[in-house]
Amino acid sequence: MNLNTSILQYIEDVKSGSFTSEEFVTETLQRIKDVDENVHAYLSLNDSAINDAKSIDKKISSGEKVGKCYGFPISIKDNICITGMKTTCASKILENFIAPYTATVVNHLNDEDAVITGKTNLDEFAMGLTTEFSAFGPTKNPWNLDCVPGGSSGGSAASVAANECLASLGSDTGGSVRNPASFCSVVGLKPTYGLISRYGLISYANSIEQIGPMTKNVKDSAFLLNVISGQDVNDDTTIDNKNPDYLQDIESGIEGKKIGIIKEMTNDGLSSEVSIATKESIQDFESLGASCDEISLPTIPYTVAAYYTITSTEAGSNLARYDNIRYGYEMESEGYEYNSYISKSRMKFGPEVTRRIILGGFVPSAGHAGKYFLKALKVKSKLISEINNAFEKFDYLIAPTAPVQPFQFGEKIDDPVTLMLLDYNTVTANLTGKPAISVPYRVSNGLPIGMQIMANSLEEKSLFQAAYALENKTKLPEVPL
Amino acid sequence: MTKIGLEIHCQLTKLESKLFCSCKANYREFEPNHNICPVCMGLPGSLPRLNQKAVKSATSIAMALNCQTPEKIAFFRKNYFYPDLPKNFQITQLNVYGDMSVGGEGYVEVEGKKIKIRRIQLEEDPGRLIYEGASDRTKITLVDYNRAGTPLVEIVTDPDFENPRQVRVFLNILSDLLENLGVAEPGLEGAMRADGNVSIEGGNKVEIKNIGSFHDLEKALHFELTRQQSLSERDIEIAMETRHWDDRRKITISSRSKEEDQDYRYFLENDIPWVKIEQDTRDALKENMPESISSKKERYVKKFDIAPQVAEIIASDRYYSKLFEGAYSEHNAKDIANLITTDVIGFIDTKEKQQTSKITPKHLSDLIDAINAKTITRNSAKVALQEIMKSGKDTKTILKEMDLGQVSDSSEINAIISQIFEDEKQAVIDAKERPETVNFLVGKVMQKTKGKADPTKTLELIKSKLNQ
Repeated sequence: MNLNTSILQYIEDVKSGSFTSEEFVTETLQRIKDVDENVHAYLSLNDSAINDAKSIDKKISSGEKVGKCYGFPISIKDNICITGMKTTCASKILENFIAPYTATVVNHLNDEDAVITGKTNLDEFAMGLTTEFSAFGPTKNPWNLDCVPGGSSGGSAASVAANECLASLGSDTGGSVRNPASFCSVVGLKPTYGLISRYGLISYANSIEQIGPMTKNVKDSAFLLNVISGQDVNDDTTIDNKNPDYLQDIESGIEGKKIGIIKEMTNDGLSSEVSIATKESIQDFESLGASCDEISLPTIPYTVAAYYTITSTEAGSNLARYDNIRYGYEMESEGYEYNSYISKSRMKFGPEVTRRIILGGFVPSAGHAGKYFLKALKVKSKLISEINNAFEKFDYLIAPTAPVQPFQFGEKIDDPVTLMLLDYNTVTANLTGKPAISVPYRVSNGLPIGMQIMANSLEEKSLFQAAYALENKTKLPEVPL
Repeated sequence: MTKIGLEIHCQLTKLESKLFCSCKANYREFEPNHNICPVCMGLPGSLPRLNQKAVKSATSIAMALNCQTPEKIAFFRKNYFYPDLPKNFQITQLNVYGDMSVGGEGYVEVEGKKIKIRRIQLEEDPGRLIYEGASDRTKITLVDYNRAGTPLVEIVTDPDFENPRQVRVFLNILSDLLENLGVAEPGLEGAMRADGNVSIEGGNKVEIKNIGSFHDLEKALHFELTRQQSLSERDIEIAMETRHWDDRRKITISSRSKEEDQDYRYFLENDIPWVKIEQDTRDALKENMPESISSKKERYVKKFDIAPQVAEIIASDRYYSKLFEGAYSEHNAKDIANLITTDVIGFIDTKEKQQTSKITPKHLSDLIDAINAKTITRNSAKVALQEIMKSGKDTKTILKEMDLGQVSDSSEINAIISQIFEDEKQAVIDAKERPETVNFLVGKVMQKTKGKADPTKTLELIKSKLNQ
């Protein structure tokens, strides 16, 4: 049984009787046992995975109606709630938190008979780009265990890349799905804001973040989007996408399409390997019949600053509820006044979370909001109008997902500003609400490079067509693990 | 000049559910922490779902207070740490970049003076802190989240009041109005609360918080005015500050925490998209709005020639006006109104009595008919009312059971008069000499008939018997 297969291939095989869900899930759990000690993609496993697979197999063999997932194994980022399982956000403050409800996306997966393998590692509260800020230790990159897997959905990306599941759900606030997808050579989608319910996703910066599928190929991504997208009564920000079939016409190509190469994301700051790959991808797009032109978006250089200002403000507010009273660290309250107690206990957050909470207390505060927070909102609205103008001329906007390839542990963790710049090419999609996908494109010196394609709002179908076309232009090696 | 402004919080208790979840808006009947869910507890991963009916209720309040109502409204987060606040921020409204709350720039007329309404906002009520042993010095503080998320409307006035009495009149008008709209029950404990701010000529503004009832508000305002005046007389500066009302000692005390310096870091609540209030919706709200108290009053005065004071009393109380509206007809409206204000009000003077009383509009019209047909006397009507209140039996049955029918039959009254003349010989002599003492004899007849004899007829018959 080959665990390095796609969801769609798996479904064919289970339907044709080549193997059962139970067999595949058992083999996957064995794989986790074998490699996760080194990779550390998972924070917890689902004890009932095999039983879940068994009952799905029973449905299949008895001819009962079975969901369209046929029991394939999927992992879930540990900031998405599943009742009965811990949801830690890779933070000590939620170390023992068990949500009394299940996220809408997971309900959709359960309804369609997917099997949850477990919860995957992340930077604490999804704040980070390397998974090094997890309170429970970093995840390693399956392509090179000395390198970071990207973040914050590093555990999700690594679990897919290392064949510890067939797909995963991550969350993307500023690139947290696409960046690790690029670093681990998997497909990562950040859909249009509002396309997927956030109910059950623990908020970090709720105005711009989305849950997104992380898969082995583009078709699997479209398949998963079919399962998890759509309006939700529990999330007022979801929009009615009329439930299209994202797989339909996915192979129709991009002949005659117009592609804009974002100048500000492709000129400076790229490593030479990433720069070469970018040029090659442009040639590939042109050979597919698309026309490529450079476009300048002058607001881009201000987006990272705006992004951190906005996300810190929201994070400061979203994380205020962790006051160590209803959940939190073990800390005796005796002898403390209320405010001193919570400020003392909240000092136990990790360094990146602490940094952003402090920033989030400062940038929107009276006397500073005009200089920082309100300015950031202006950058955001200026960027939106620039991008909307660009999509009048172009069908897609492209750039490499990350300016560099995966790097070694410890290399950048002490330099927060350099780390923040890793987001340079990804935050635009979040600030504007547009969909963007990272497609594995090269493996150079044994380390992956992903290309990012962005489309206009609700144009996921078109986005998949371009991603699928690019994916077919390249043949990548198997993960050496 | 004395300036007083108010901040009033009113729960929309007539709504089925809380502002952002399906827990009950009426939390009062639950055991502590039994009217809660992941949303109102602010559990990680939960999201608010806006109760659209609350937006409508708040908009109709804004309309009734003559406010401008914007086409789109937004919600904001007010960030501060407090144990009764599950998320450590409150979802509320703010008018920073133009009008974004449900209403603003309205007014209420109080005794001919316009009290301006600065803004009206829709927000969530926090939970409740209970200090065990009812002292803030005890070690244990209990938190009950049942109230957390209850829809609350905040009404902010300009500092247009000149004295505490005006404040009281305004609050009476406002609570009548809110009740009349059918969105709130101001009489429920804690359903309507008010904070005040006070300044006198040359002094700074002082805010007073933690006032439990309207009754205490008036006391607190009086205390604060006196305090400020005595400072001013001694040339001591009145500091700009927040003071708390000490319910036990009935004084205001300076708050040690510098609440005025607190920075709430307001920003948009992005989990709730902007809410469009379409013109259609606003038109429908306006159309279905109950008649305002002032137009009701005007109608009573103009159409039925009811005295303005009587019309005011009936129009401003939902219970009395319902009784009146159900009972009156063209020819008896004035009598019904007088019956309500002279007798009914005396018996049914509290909300509790309104709830338990069994009087219906039919009772009132039957009583008036009986009085006008001289079947009973006004006195008997009053006696009957008390019984109706308790039993709710129909008027005829009660008149019969209590034997309250008026005696206007001349022979029957004459028989009684003869008896009285027999018993009260001296009085008869007196009456013959001094006609003004005849009322004594009339009184005796009334006594004998338990007030049922027709007084006019009785007097007539006595006079003619005296002349015989």
